[in-house]
Amino acid sequence: MERSEIFDKVKEVLVDALAVDEDEVTPEATLIGDLGAESIDILDISFQLEKAFGFKIAQGELFPEGVAQDPQYVQDGKVTANGLALLRERLPHFDFSAIESDPSVANIRQIFTVDALVNFCEQKLQAA
Amino acid sequence: MRWMWIDRVVELVPRQKMVAIKQVSMAEEHLHDHFAGSASRPAMPVMPACFIVEGMAQTAGILVGHAEGFKEKVVLAKVSRAELDLDARPGDTIRYTAEIEQFSAVGASTRGLVELISWGGDGPGNPRVLGRIDLMFSHLDNNMGGEKYPEENFVFSESFATLLSLSGIEAPAFG
Repeated sequence: MERSEIFDKVKEVLVDALAVDEDEVTPEATLIGDLGAESIDILDISFQLEKAFGFKIAQGELFPEGVAQDPQYVQDGKVTANGLALLRERLPHFDFSAIESDPSVANIRQIFTVDALVNFCEQKLQAA
Repeated sequence: MRWMWIDRVVELVPRQKMVAIKQVSMAEEHLHDHFAGSASRPAMPVMPACFIVEGMAQTAGILVGHAEGFKEKVVLAKVSRAELDLDARPGDTIRYTAEIEQFSAVGASTRGLVELISWGGDGPGNPRVLGRIDLMFSHLDNNMGGEKYPEENFVFSESFATLLSLSGIEAPAFG
């Protein structure tokens, strides 16, 4: 499947799950900051991606869970170097450069972009 | 006693589908105010839409809770869609059919059909589509934020146990 086709499907899912306009769904838009996603929307998005693409998403596979409370990843409100390396390995669809430049834990939400979802779906489809 | 918005479960296919009914009654006080008559308009008692949504949430919530033996704290997390096109009046029966669309350790999504059955001299009329309500439920103890909640299952209370027992459905002791 072409990347543009994947993007269109992801866009359709986000428009439905988050009740946003199509033109708001740009590759660089962040799910929480720009599109107003809340935690339950993440589950809704996962369910809808499974339906749209026909693959299964395991818990924690698409988005990191419990990272902020886990000292393996975060200490003193910052993502540790070791934590960042682990996240990169676990979640290869995210662009972690925002955390590299500012490791504040609040910055994690910056990596949840539409583009990351497209990367995720592309990688899942390639692996299938 | 929790405010119950369904009277009986009439069909349960575990992990798939549940059907419940509610008889709308003039004895429900909120119908006296929704909507009360005025000098220019006669009273128009109709079931408030929010309670119809809650009726579906209870139907679908029990279905989702039953899937894991009511061990999970199942809470309504999102109304994905709610379209209600008809009014339910005292004497009508509302029939809720909820189906699990997707289910995971974190929660579930359900699709729901709401039907209206009006009664006449010959008995119940044919069901008409009142609306559709799709919901998302979260399993609280498995929430993505990692937050902790009390051990006791405060969601499925005694009222639910009574409802299930009246409907002939086996359920563990709640509360």
